[in-house]
Amino acid sequence: MDLDLSDDQIALRDGISAMLAARVPIERVREGFDRGLFDELAAAGVFSLRADGFSWADCVVVFEQLGRFCVPGPLVPSLLLGDGRIAGAVVDAPPIWIEHLDALDVLLVAGRGDLQAVDPGAVVAERSSWPLDPGTPVARANALPAGESAGVDTREFEMAGIALTAAFQLGLGDRLTELAVDYAKERVQFDRPIAGFQAIKHLLADMLTRTEVARAAVYSAGAVLDEAADRSVTVRLVRGAKVMAGDAAIANGKVATQVFGGMGFTWEVDVHLYLKRAWVLDTQFESSDRNAELVCAAAGPAGNDVAT
Amino acid sequence: MELRYSDADETFRAELRAWLAVELPTLAPQPPRDAWPERRKWDTEWQRRLFDAGYAGLHWPKEYGGRGASPTEQLIFYEETARARAPYVGVNFVGTLHAGPTLIEEGTDQQKAAHLPKILRGDEVWCQGFSEPGAGSDLASLRTRADRDGDDYILNGQKIWCSFGQIADVGEFLVRTNPEAPKNRGISWLILPMDLPGIEVRPLKTVLGSSEFAEVFLTDVRVPVANRVGDENDGWRVTNVTLKYERGTAFVSELVDSIRLCEDLAGAKFVDLDTAGIRTELGRSIADFDALWALTKRNVSQAARGTAGPGAMVMKLAYSEARQRFGELCLRALGRDALHIDDNELVEERLRTLALTIAAGASQIQRNIIGERVLGLPREPR
Repeated sequence: MDLDLSDDQIALRDGISAMLAARVPIERVREGFDRGLFDELAAAGVFSLRADGFSWADCVVVFEQLGRFCVPGPLVPSLLLGDGRIAGAVVDAPPIWIEHLDALDVLLVAGRGDLQAVDPGAVVAERSSWPLDPGTPVARANALPAGESAGVDTREFEMAGIALTAAFQLGLGDRLTELAVDYAKERVQFDRPIAGFQAIKHLLADMLTRTEVARAAVYSAGAVLDEAADRSVTVRLVRGAKVMAGDAAIANGKVATQVFGGMGFTWEVDVHLYLKRAWVLDTQFESSDRNAELVCAAAGPAGNDVAT
Repeated sequence: MELRYSDADETFRAELRAWLAVELPTLAPQPPRDAWPERRKWDTEWQRRLFDAGYAGLHWPKEYGGRGASPTEQLIFYEETARARAPYVGVNFVGTLHAGPTLIEEGTDQQKAAHLPKILRGDEVWCQGFSEPGAGSDLASLRTRADRDGDDYILNGQKIWCSFGQIADVGEFLVRTNPEAPKNRGISWLILPMDLPGIEVRPLKTVLGSSEFAEVFLTDVRVPVANRVGDENDGWRVTNVTLKYERGTAFVSELVDSIRLCEDLAGAKFVDLDTAGIRTELGRSIADFDALWALTKRNVSQAARGTAGPGAMVMKLAYSEARQRFGELCLRALGRDALHIDDNELVEERLRTLALTIAAGASQIQRNIIGERVLGLPREPR
């Protein structure tokens, strides 16, 4: 039993963090996702982690860092497909909103039994001129073309997808805490840094608390994926991790906006980028609300039947 | 990272499980809440059984009669005993989790010899006299005086929230030995035999309708100076040794028990889980407690490696708030079935949890501590 990072995982975390600090500063995040960014991340090994023998727990550590840097792009499906292509993912149920459609090599479609691979060039969809998250362009399709089996283990795709998304959300929540804390220490009102007022201090303490608790849940989800655990246990811990990390990211985004005051409502301050991404991720691999319901089902006596 | 336990840990678990399976069916029924002499007997007899089987003082060093168990074994112990519905630490709480560990770190050889074996065997019950009517969150402002008179202190003052005061043999008491010094530099930590003349214990009825606490009135109580633990006026530092134990490990059993309560509620036939929102909220409570259990494991892993992060600091705040949310959910899920307590532990849960965000450092104090010690925010006035 060990839920701390190993020495190798610390090295992995620090390595990816240093790479992202150099290659993906927030100005690059604001430019959005493109093939150039994908190629740089691929060169750093982000999308070949599984092929290179890294565990799910290791992948979770990497995705936490990607979240801390708010890296845009269809990162989770591209890692899960892991064949060097830029892969998006969507559920074949209305309303069908496809993220990053114009950048995709392949679109993975869930909700048709086995996961299918669809040619994104064949998808007819209307591009939104004003997406919620500037880092996540979206397009709406009325229907999706037929595809063929993606050759991916659908269940593993879902469980690992949830855990990696949760890890990214954890990173968002963690970085939002830093942004708010740094600002509260600098911002002076009533002749004092506002971080000295309990009304602010307690908000910041709650931000940290949410992230620390969520981190334990996310690491535990990574670990349980690596162990052939009982299915209801896996479902409960993995979906529970997304509940904790997703709620933490959104709550921290809202609090950070508040701490920044009027500036928090501006395009210039970075907080909205993290909060908007948190909202986008809450719609992937089920929302926090829906995942919480599924956690409840998995914990009940009929757990295995209801839990999916 | 891994959730699996080592073979040695699983052996420890299997042995404990087998022992519990033999012992628990032979237990007498738990006495009613306010039957204090019976509660004492029940709890201390269980402590004696733990002692005889080598499970008492699990986390105490072997040289003091403990088992010297690893932190992981302690977790397994808490998990298995809570899951098996074994008696909680009960009246042995202050002795085994508070005073005992404090004496191990700070006591004289004589003090250790006088108390540690008795605590482990369940022969000595302790209570805590820290808080006062005027010293709650600002504990260091306590005013109970201890005036030196030769080889004795003379105590005068009042203590409150004294758990187990009604039946305790001994108390850990904080007293002011130097009224002139800054407030946290004039305090001493005393071992107070509760049968001394001048001590009056009045039970204090809580919202549960029973007397979980007592007020203690001290009038010219004469205590030997030899009963002081640590140096005179160094009691605040000794207190922080005590509080470290209280905040670190004291509620792990409760956490495991919370998970069980959630699972009970998730499977309860009398709960309408189709009611909008109830399933979702219950799922969030389960996710909360699973995460806190993971955080506990993470804290233990880090402690073993000597890399303690902020996890231990946030645990108390996060746990008490989560448990309170769950308590509120219990009432709403039960609807009008919540109108009686009797043996309905889910209703009792709501009442009990009202205390969690207040006891052992109110949530507001915890947030100050996290803000200042972890995030480096400006300090509060003290």
